[in-house]
Amino acid sequence: MAIKERMSGNEAVAYAMKQINPDVMPAFPITPSTELPQFVSSYIADGEMDTEFIPVESEHSAMSAAIGAEAAGARTMTATSSAGLALMWEMLYVAASNRLPIALALVNRALSGPLNINCEHSDSMGARDSGWIQIYAEDNQEAYDNFIQAYRIAEHPDVMLPIMICQDGFIISHGVSNITLLEDEKVKAFVGEYCPKHYLLKADEAMAVGPYAVSCYGMEAKRAQAQAMINAKQVILDVASVYKTISGRSYGLFEAYRLEDADYAIVAIGSACGTTKDAIDALRVQGKKVGLLKVRVFRPFPGKELAEALKNCQAIAILDRCESFSANGGPLAAELSAALFQAKSQAEVLKIVYGLNGRDYTVTEAEQIFADLEEIAENGMGADAAEYRYIGLRE
Amino acid sequence: MNQSTLPLGSFKEIQNRPERLAAGHRLCAGCGGTIAVRNVLKALHPGDKAVIGNATGCLEVSSFTYPYTAYEDSYIHNAFENAGATLSGVETAYHALKKKGKITEQYKFITFGGDGGTYDIGFQSLSGAMERGHDMVYVCYDNGAYMNTGIQRSSATPMYADTTTTPVGKQSDGKPQGRKDLAAIMAAHNIPYVAQTTFLGNMMDLYQKSEKAIYTKGPAFLNIMAPCPRGWRYDAPDMIKICKMAVETCYWPLFEVIDGKWRLSYQPKEKLPLEEFLKLQGRFKHLFLPGNEHLIEAFQAEVDRRWEELLCRCENSD
Repeated sequence: MAIKERMSGNEAVAYAMKQINPDVMPAFPITPSTELPQFVSSYIADGEMDTEFIPVESEHSAMSAAIGAEAAGARTMTATSSAGLALMWEMLYVAASNRLPIALALVNRALSGPLNINCEHSDSMGARDSGWIQIYAEDNQEAYDNFIQAYRIAEHPDVMLPIMICQDGFIISHGVSNITLLEDEKVKAFVGEYCPKHYLLKADEAMAVGPYAVSCYGMEAKRAQAQAMINAKQVILDVASVYKTISGRSYGLFEAYRLEDADYAIVAIGSACGTTKDAIDALRVQGKKVGLLKVRVFRPFPGKELAEALKNCQAIAILDRCESFSANGGPLAAELSAALFQAKSQAEVLKIVYGLNGRDYTVTEAEQIFADLEEIAENGMGADAAEYRYIGLRE
Repeated sequence: MNQSTLPLGSFKEIQNRPERLAAGHRLCAGCGGTIAVRNVLKALHPGDKAVIGNATGCLEVSSFTYPYTAYEDSYIHNAFENAGATLSGVETAYHALKKKGKITEQYKFITFGGDGGTYDIGFQSLSGAMERGHDMVYVCYDNGAYMNTGIQRSSATPMYADTTTTPVGKQSDGKPQGRKDLAAIMAAHNIPYVAQTTFLGNMMDLYQKSEKAIYTKGPAFLNIMAPCPRGWRYDAPDMIKICKMAVETCYWPLFEVIDGKWRLSYQPKEKLPLEEFLKLQGRFKHLFLPGNEHLIEAFQAEVDRRWEELLCRCENSD
């Protein structure tokens, strides 16, 4: 029987970590992900896990040690937020290019400055081109479910890439809500043993990791890595369908919420989706044809699939919980706009930045966005209207 | 004589051990780094497995150029500043897998970094790995500058050395600062074994310290002065003479710190003047120009002060 509980996102992911019981975890504390290494340390201290925890002196060393451990043949995980991910940056690329299926629990938080500990996606979005798979959660249940699925995706022979399981800092990580957990044995059987083909500590085979490569080899390595990310799309779907058989919960690359007949859509990532769903439910009662496209998987970016899901919409608002400082909208807006263009979409598009530095995103704001979309669809964008705009900004 | 009948650790037996750094790497002729690696790896007992780590630097780009590796053992290069943390991850994985019965063999963990990757950009990573007590050896092959990027000064560069970021000029005598004493800093980590050495005679000092470092349980740090013909500007055949002069002038003393006890490995019968070391190298050429006598005096005074301090540490450990 599944276990009904009440947990925060951090508690839920830590519980998943305990159930998976990986071999090694190097980590360094940073708000709001600090609880993850704390919970794991307590589980180890109480004999509930036998993971080797490495209390490294920085996040740079956390990712460096994770690379060493994973290359040595150990299933490895870490956790971080914000500046911690930024300090890992260089090593994120190395982890991916060495094709090491490390799992990283990311609790999204704003990058400085100003120094701020609250939710923003600037940390993970900044790392979007580092070669890591990125999966985002709407709530604690999804954060838990995504983490349990992480290693089966990352370690799949067609993939062999590191994976970042993201949840919104504080909003999910510290917000307590109902959750359904799987039994330990089910998780253990689902995740399986880690049996890498090649690793440093393989008895009958020496191995060298991290070469210097000149231009006659490097490009092929990158192309092979790109192929792994392309392959990841199908693997994510396959793993989700197996996961459904043990959990009863369905996951895809995205979730379409009341989108099928929607004229107006919001596209968002993370906890904002729950808020948007509430607005949609209220507006639907009023007869408004509104819907949500929740992006679960940002890397690999399911551009075609997202554009297809939005094909009947007249106007679309793409929400980014971070800036790109491109003067043209955030990263989701940029990538999805390109996908819509490729799909020959005629929809009007608003690129909206919201929720920076933990600013609340409210049902009222979601309703306002839908009203703006309706206005634009009926009367056009208008000469003075900005396609790229902020919501929730103080006057 | 059959190899196996030689007493373990005899000069001949050691020299007969198979090379664990294969020929064909692309390091310069007369590179001290290569000599350091070959001799440290000879201290691994035959039959013992090892994972070798390496910070980015000359050694790495010249010994693991895809698709060739010069290492007979498993090897990992990660980045410039994280050789300590990287090998600490490998060593931890070893314990995790051993605990689960997935590995039965005995492995040793040795990582190499130049002074750039060790004294400077990798200092934090090294300090963390040593403090956490991983059973590994960190070997610094100290050639006293960032040689891979073209001879820029490091905190290991000796005072007055002419480097590309401390060039000698009308307003400059070379590097204004003295070198950081990294071996002492590592000793202050209270790890079980720290040693400083270089290439002398039959390499027994280097061998013995490497063996102790590898077979002492817990973290160990070896600082090996490893001359660089490009950066120091000497004729390759002069390298061994330079090493000898570094030791005889007490510029580069040989010592060990075992469980906190300092021990001098070699005391010159007659301490030679520093010029004997300096004059062999182009990077100190300007010190011998008329009017620069005071620079050599200042450098000599610094070497004397550090030597006395070391003697004091060793005496206090008795």
